[in-house]
Amino acid sequence: MDIKLQQVSYAYSQGTPFEKRALFDVNFEIPSHTYQAIIGHTGSGKSTILQHFNALLKPTTGIVQLGDRTVEAGKKAKDLKAVRQRVGIVFQFPEHQLFEETVLKDIMFGPMNFGVSATEAEARARELVRLVGLPENVLEKSPFDLSGGQMRRVAIAGVLAMEPEVIVLDEPTAGLDPRGQKEIMEMFYTLHQERNLTTILVTHSMEDAARYADNLIIMHEGKNVLSGTPREIFKDIETLKQFRLEPPRIVRFQQKVEKMINTSLAKVCLTEEELAIEMARLLREERAES
Amino acid sequence: MPEILSLNNVTFSYTPENQELRNAVENVSFAVQEGEWIAIVGHNGSGKSTIAKLMNGLLFPQQGDVRILREVLNEDNLWECRSQMGMVFQNPDNQFVGATVQDDVAFALENNGIPFEEMVKRVHAALEQVKMSNFVDHEPHHLSGGQKQRVAIAGALALKPKLLILDEATSMLDPQGRVEVLQTVQTLRAETGLTVLSITHDLEEAMLADRILFMNDGKKFAEGSPAEIFSLGDKLTELGLDLPFAMKLSKLLQKEGVPLMGQHMTEEELVNDLWTSNFNK
Repeated sequence: MDIKLQQVSYAYSQGTPFEKRALFDVNFEIPSHTYQAIIGHTGSGKSTILQHFNALLKPTTGIVQLGDRTVEAGKKAKDLKAVRQRVGIVFQFPEHQLFEETVLKDIMFGPMNFGVSATEAEARARELVRLVGLPENVLEKSPFDLSGGQMRRVAIAGVLAMEPEVIVLDEPTAGLDPRGQKEIMEMFYTLHQERNLTTILVTHSMEDAARYADNLIIMHEGKNVLSGTPREIFKDIETLKQFRLEPPRIVRFQQKVEKMINTSLAKVCLTEEELAIEMARLLREERAES
Repeated sequence: MPEILSLNNVTFSYTPENQELRNAVENVSFAVQEGEWIAIVGHNGSGKSTIAKLMNGLLFPQQGDVRILREVLNEDNLWECRSQMGMVFQNPDNQFVGATVQDDVAFALENNGIPFEEMVKRVHAALEQVKMSNFVDHEPHHLSGGQKQRVAIAGALALKPKLLILDEATSMLDPQGRVEVLQTVQTLRAETGLTVLSITHDLEEAMLADRILFMNDGKKFAEGSPAEIFSLGDKLTELGLDLPFAMKLSKLLQKEGVPLMGQHMTEEELVNDLWTSNFNK
């Protein structure tokens, strides 16, 4: 399902003395099956935007198109439940939302709320628990007896159990150790490809945005200011600076090296692996010439 | 150098009745000397946070002891010992009580019965130290993550602690916020000789410390200078951590056949080696 925002603005506590505008005239489109990263400085409107993706917030002005449903300012939207099943949001620290007696019940809760049978919900839970990298014996345990990293995985399984077409991730690896971070990001990427999902990653990590996203949407002071592939966006450091952002460390490293050797590599490298390959290629070519 | 804090053969289990589960912390000993910066690193569940709770008496060890200024921490001197330690936690939004930045910094001082005149002085001095003097009347909730953590550091400093403990204090910040907070800590150390203990799994942060304590499954796996710890190489990744940027890249370059003289801890060293080994001919 495609998502389209047209002239969307949003104000918190509208009509009170505490009114605060968080979004101004936001326009963009997220085509089905793409992997998007939304990046921006703290307070740029990222978290407000993401709550529009399943109509937790309705725009103050403008239109949010979620597949065949339209959420329009001032109009009553019908049948949002269907939208909420199709768009799964993994909030920051999702483990804070666990509440059931056992892991199994917690994962089954979402789908059963949407009318899935207990047998089917349990089958999904059993499959998902393995998919998120947990041993099957956790299903009978209390989620509160697990470590923080394991609880995070259970909470993610709970969102996936609804079999959403679109998955929205808000800083999904905050607080995890480096190995946990990598495992979770790789898991989402595999899911994205295997299940043909639309993935929207809201992140501070330019490294993750560069490594996984097809396209970046840059937010600044409540507006979408820039959009493009990671390679396009990260080559223009000056523009990024205006929005108080920096490209991934590997891109800055590449520029430093290019300046020193007074030669450019064939492309902007988005990962350490890419840079190593390009560097080796450059050296081979130079050797061949001399 | 006087000792500020030490753990001596400390063992702690959350479930002492169940012998099958491993201890959260097992037989751990280390000491922090005045003026040092110590980093404790390790994967999730390695015992880092338990150590933090043992240090400020939220938990007491089943074996061994914790000493603050050489005195064994117990129920009786708990409050006295806690006043020697300022703590900054992971989530900047969970540690604000004041309606303005200065109220927030003053909160702990008020609780400790510091006279008003003295309080005003200390609040301003602490905010000056973290370069947040221009924000005294701001609402904490409107600050950026990095600014919030700097205010939290000021709140800790106002109590004039012997030791500042940073418990994953940068892990929720954006890259800019992280740099802000770490620079603040570095400046503070240069200016006041503050003793710092940071609990982190960010190895770039740990690299700034004088000494690193590497925890694995509740035990102390290694202890040493950043250079010593990072020379463990693949062992770090195996145990859930990561290699510093420059080391990871040196390895990948060598794997692709780019000649280098060694593996490097800092970007500077790597850039220089890349130049000398390949282009300076």
